[in-house]
Amino acid sequence: MTVPLSAYLILSAFLFFLGVVGVATRRNALIVFMCIELMLNAVNLSFVAFARSLNSMAGHVFVFFVMAVATAEVAVGLAIIIAIYRNRETVDVAELNLLKW
Amino acid sequence: MELAIFAGLAAVAAVSGVLVVIQRHAVYSALFLIITMGALAGLYILLEAHFVWAVQVLVYAGAIMVLFLFVIMLLNLPREDVPWRPDDFRRILIGGALAVVLVGELVLALLFQAGEQAPALPASPGFGTTETIGRLLFTEFLFPFEVTSVILLVAIVGAMVLAKKQLL
Repeated sequence: MTVPLSAYLILSAFLFFLGVVGVATRRNALIVFMCIELMLNAVNLSFVAFARSLNSMAGHVFVFFVMAVATAEVAVGLAIIIAIYRNRETVDVAELNLLKW
Repeated sequence: MELAIFAGLAAVAAVSGVLVVIQRHAVYSALFLIITMGALAGLYILLEAHFVWAVQVLVYAGAIMVLFLFVIMLLNLPREDVPWRPDDFRRILIGGALAVVLVGELVLALLFQAGEQAPALPASPGFGTTETIGRLLFTEFLFPFEVTSVILLVAIVGAMVLAKKQLL
């Protein structure tokens, strides 16, 4: 492992921050959802980098669990988006403000 | 050599990550997200995480993104060229503030990290292989592993209930 751990962590932090900016600024619910996936991937990268750096396999097992939860989340989330689109004819998160105070 | 491969893959991941956020059409966003995930899969090879690499390509770049593209094309959304709304400014302000806070946090963490990093240990034999992960999953992490199967079952039922037009 000639690449230092901090290089992986910087890339991971950058991808996470891209995801945060996307979730905060985009209005298309599908793109917001993809930015959440980007954040999950960024965290996975730091898990694997730490696992290699500390020579411990627990990080890989955690990535496995993160991926399982992400898959479940995508399946349910996309089903919700389809259901909303059927009722409201839009996936613009700025227009879906019924539950907003 | 390893450093050059890392730099290349990291650049691909970062640039396509930016493109995911700034694309106007969701299909292009999804395609660039696939490229990001592919680059991350390459980084997992560098980190000797063979099992995670395979799962990343199969589950993320494969299954999840196919699901995304399927839904995007099913909904057949128009281009996002709706007129500027007054609360867009507030949204971009919040996003920018969050970005500044996160980057500041990163800079602080790198400035104040305690001393030199210990050099990574050489990987033990069997590091990152399916066999080792399987052994861990069925011994140390048996309970979370079983809970995961319940989560997946709930997700299947939930997706069916939500996406169906009317039940029964």
